Amino acid sequence: MKRKLWLLLLVLALAVSTLAGCSQSEETGGSSDADVIKIGVFEPMTGANAAGGEMTVEGIELANEIKGEILGKKVELVIVDNKSDKVEAANAASRLIEKDEVVAIIGSYGSSLSMAAGDIVNKGQVPAVGCSPTNPLVTLNNDYYFRVCFIDPFQGTVMANYAFNELGAKKAAIIQDVTQDYSVGLSKYFVDAFKELTGDEDSIVEISSYNTGDQDFTAQLTNVKGKNPDVIFAPGNYGESALLIKQARDLGMDTPILGGDTWEAPELVEIGGDSVEGTVFSTHFTAEAPVTDVSGVFLEEYKEKYNKEANAFAALGYDAYMVILDAIEKADSTDPKVIRDKIAETTEFMGATGIITLDENGDAVKSAVIKKVVDGEFEYLTTVEPN
Amino acid sequence: MGNQGLLQHLANGISLGSLYALIAIGYTMVYGILRLINFAHGDIFMLGIYITYYGILFTSIPWWIVFILASVLTGLIGLLLEKVAYRPLRESPRITILISAIGASFFLQNFGIVVFGGRPKAFPIPNVFNKVIKLGGVSISLITFIIPLVTLLLLLGLTYFITKTKTGMAMRALSKDYETASLMGIDINRIISITFFIGSFLAAVGGIMWGIRYPQLMPLMGVMPGLKCFIAAVIGGIGNITGAVLGGFILGLGEIMLIALLPKLTGYRDAFAFILLIVILLIKPTGLMGEKITEKV
Repeated sequence: MKRKLWLLLLVLALAVSTLAGCSQSEETGGSSDADVIKIGVFEPMTGANAAGGEMTVEGIELANEIKGEILGKKVELVIVDNKSDKVEAANAASRLIEKDEVVAIIGSYGSSLSMAAGDIVNKGQVPAVGCSPTNPLVTLNNDYYFRVCFIDPFQGTVMANYAFNELGAKKAAIIQDVTQDYSVGLSKYFVDAFKELTGDEDSIVEISSYNTGDQDFTAQLTNVKGKNPDVIFAPGNYGESALLIKQARDLGMDTPILGGDTWEAPELVEIGGDSVEGTVFSTHFTAEAPVTDVSGVFLEEYKEKYNKEANAFAALGYDAYMVILDAIEKADSTDPKVIRDKIAETTEFMGATGIITLDENGDAVKSAVIKKVVDGEFEYLTTVEPN
Repeated sequence: MGNQGLLQHLANGISLGSLYALIAIGYTMVYGILRLINFAHGDIFMLGIYITYYGILFTSIPWWIVFILASVLTGLIGLLLEKVAYRPLRESPRITILISAIGASFFLQNFGIVVFGGRPKAFPIPNVFNKVIKLGGVSISLITFIIPLVTLLLLLGLTYFITKTKTGMAMRALSKDYETASLMGIDINRIISITFFIGSFLAAVGGIMWGIRYPQLMPLMGVMPGLKCFIAAVIGGIGNITGAVLGGFILGLGEIMLIALLPKLTGYRDAFAFILLIVILLIKPTGLMGEKITEKV
C-alpha cells in the first residue's frame, strides 16, 4: 500500500510538472468565443533562447495591457512555449491555429524557430508577425509571415562596417552556431560585406563552427587564435556566446569580439562577467535614444510595470502586437485573411522601435543601434540608418 | 598548427576529459554495483549545481562549505530517488527499473524548469578560481589544474573505499549476487543507499567543477553531460571506475582533437561521441577495462 502511494505521488508530481513545463498558456475559461479575439504567441520560454522569449513576451503583455480591446472585443493572448526547439515551434504554431483558432500569431525570437512555423502559418492562412527573427528566409516567399525588425543583410553590413571603419580591422575570423539559421545567415552577410570593404578575398582568415548547447569552445578558439585575426565576429545565443567570450579571454586572446542582436540579454553579462567587457553588438532599439513619440510612452509604461529599463526585444514584442491590432482595426474583421492583407499594407506605423513600413517581402526597413558592454551595462554607441 | 597550438589543444582536451571522467565515475559506480543504468544521473548533476548556486547566493556560508554541504545534500536526494523510484521495483525485470530511471530523469528536468525557471543563471564562481596561468604561450585557467586533481583524488579514495573497507566489500559482494549477499547477513537496502549517496555526491562534485568551468546553469544542462559520461563509462567498461576515468579522458581529448585537426567536422562533435559508443559496442562491448561477463549456467 505504502509503495503504491509513493508511486502515485511520483506519477502525480511528474504529470503536474510536465503540464506546467509544456505550455504556459494563459487561457481564461468562461468567456465565450464571440466576444474575445485571440492572438497567439509562440516564443521560447525555456531552453537556449529562454531569455529572448521572456523579454519579448514582457513587451507583448504590456501592449496587451495598454490596448486590450479592439472592435469592442477583448483581446486575449494565448502564449505557448516553443522550448527553443524547431519541432516544438512547428507544433506550437499548429496548436495555435487549429486548437486555439487565433486570428494572428506573434513570434518567434530565433530565426530557426520562426522558419519552422513558416509553412504552417502559410498553409493555415493565419498571419504571423515576427518580433526579432532577422534571417531573410523567414518572410521570403511566405505571404503570411511578416516582421517588425530589420533583416540580416543589413545587420551584417553594419557590423562589418564597424569592424572595418571603427576598429580598423583587416582580417576577421567567424565563429558561428551552425544549428541557428540566424547565426549562419548573419555570418555570411558579415563575410560578404567585410570582403567588399577590405577588397581582399582572403580577409576572412577562419570560419569556425559550433552547435547550440555546446559549452566548450576552447578548440575552436585555439584554432582561431593561431590565425591571428584583428576581430572576431561570433553571432549566437547569448549563453553560448558568453561562455565563448569568457573562454577566449581565459586563453589569453584580447581580440575584439563582435556579435548581433541576440547578445542583448542580461545573461550575457551575468555569465560572461568581466570577460565580456568591451564586446560590441548591433541591436534594434535603445532606451537612450528614443526614436518616436511611442518610444517614450513605451519606455515609461515598461518601467512602471516591470521596474527596469526596457530592451529591444520587449519593444519589438510591443510593436508586433500593436501592428496586428492596427490591422484588425483597419480590417474591421476578425478574418485572418483580411487581417493579413491589412498587415501587408502597414505603412509609416508609429512603433516604439521606429516608424514601421513593411516592404514587399513583409520586412521592416529600420535603423540599427550599436551597443558596447561597459562596466556590465549595455552602452549606446551609435545609430546606423539603412541606405 | 604550431607546437603552441597543439599544446593548448592538449590542455583543453585534458580539462574537458577530466570533467567527463569525474561525472562518469558516479555513473559507472552505480552500474557496477546494481547493474542499473541510472539515467537520472545527469539530472542529479544538474540539481547539485543549482543547490550550490542557491547556497552561495542566499547564504553567507563560505563557498567551500557550501560546496561540501551541497554535495552531501545532493547525495541525500540521490538516496531518496533510489527509495522512491528504484527500490519498489527491485524485484521487477531490469527493463522496468530502466524505464523508471528515464521517468525520474524527465521528472527532475521538468521539476528544474518549474522551480528554477527556464532562463539560464550564472554560476557565482569564487574569485580564487578566476586565475589564468600562462606557461610559455599556453594559457590555462586554474580550474583546469584543479579538476584532474579532484578526479584523481576521488578515484583513489573510491578505489580504497571499495577494495579495503567492509562496506566496500559488501558492495562488491552485492554486485556479484544479491541473494547470496543478503544470506551472508549484508543489509542490502543500506548498501544500496550508500551506493546511491556516493554516486550522487560525485555527480554534485562534478557539477560544481562544471559550473566553475562553464558557468551557465539551465534545467536541461544535465542531459548532454549525462549522455557523454554514459558513453565515457561504456568506453572504459561500464562498472569499472578506473575505466570510467580513462573513458572520460579519451572522449574529452577526442572531441577537442576532432575540432583541432578536422575543423570542418565541428558540427559532428556530439555525433563523434555516439559513433565512438557504437564502435566500442561492436568491437569490444565490455569496454577497454571491463570484466568479461561469464554466463552462469
